[in-house]
Amino acid sequence: MPLGPYATFIAASYLVVLVVVVLLIAWIAIDYRSQRRRLNELETEGVTRRSGRQTTEL
Amino acid sequence: MTLIDLANPTRFLAFTARLLPWLVAATAILLAVGLYQSAMAPDDYQQGATVKIMFIHVPNAWLSMFVWGVMSLAALGTLVWRHPLADVAAKAAAPLGAAFTFLALVTGSLWGRPMWGTYWEWDARLTSVLILFLMYLGLIALWRSVEDPSRAARAAAVLTLVGAINLPIIKFSVDWWNTLHQPASVMRMGGSTLDRAFLIPLLVMAVAFSLLFLTLHLAAMRNEILRRRVRAMQMIHVAQAGQRAG
Repeated sequence: MPLGPYATFIAASYLVVLVVVVLLIAWIAIDYRSQRRRLNELETEGVTRRSGRQTTEL
Repeated sequence: MTLIDLANPTRFLAFTARLLPWLVAATAILLAVGLYQSAMAPDDYQQGATVKIMFIHVPNAWLSMFVWGVMSLAALGTLVWRHPLADVAAKAAAPLGAAFTFLALVTGSLWGRPMWGTYWEWDARLTSVLILFLMYLGLIALWRSVEDPSRAARAAAVLTLVGAINLPIIKFSVDWWNTLHQPASVMRMGGSTLDRAFLIPLLVMAVAFSLLFLTLHLAAMRNEILRRRVRAMQMIHVAQAGQRAG
């Protein structure tokens, strides 16, 4: 797959998309773990939601 | 389960927990197929191999506007029906829309340099997309600056609906003004002007990126619901601590 004289521009385009998509996925995964950890901590301390249900069950 | 059942945050969490693995798999497969077809697509007779940038630039450009459209519908949900999941959807979509708009601008610049001889030109299409990017950043800043999510949601909803005026300006900028950017070649009256060798990989990549957005959006919405539960439980915790102290 020869990319010709503008290979740098083509490769840079795909690379920047890859980096941003990976960063988005990582940000969402880290945020999810952070929220679950804080919910676990609160439930361990005996704090319950008004409904009485445990969010960590979901 | 009906659609209205999903409007309940707890049911939404349970439903998306089952749906997300399938969406991740479908997105990964479609992205792999799209990237393979993009790599195998022939060179354009004028642009050479730089036409391959189109397969990532165009889906990101479409999504930059589509996400604002999704946020506008969510804004209506917030203002008209005052539904909590509507502002969760809007807040979760804003960073994703900003990222897709950023990618449309950067890949467009990297495509423009070899084809137009410049990375940037202050013409109608490029400038209106840059304004869209700045509006996304403004919305994110607004969400972060107001602590009460329901108050932030109403202000953000109004700003989102006002900002939607920019969408037709972006779409028709290439028809209304003289710009360096080429006119519409896929979504136009009379059908696409693209050859099938380019159109099929482009459409596959567009569907793949749309699935990527859907997957990330649902995951980000789940995070936002959990964040609000953490906030509510922290407030209960503080109130309980106050009662014990009093």
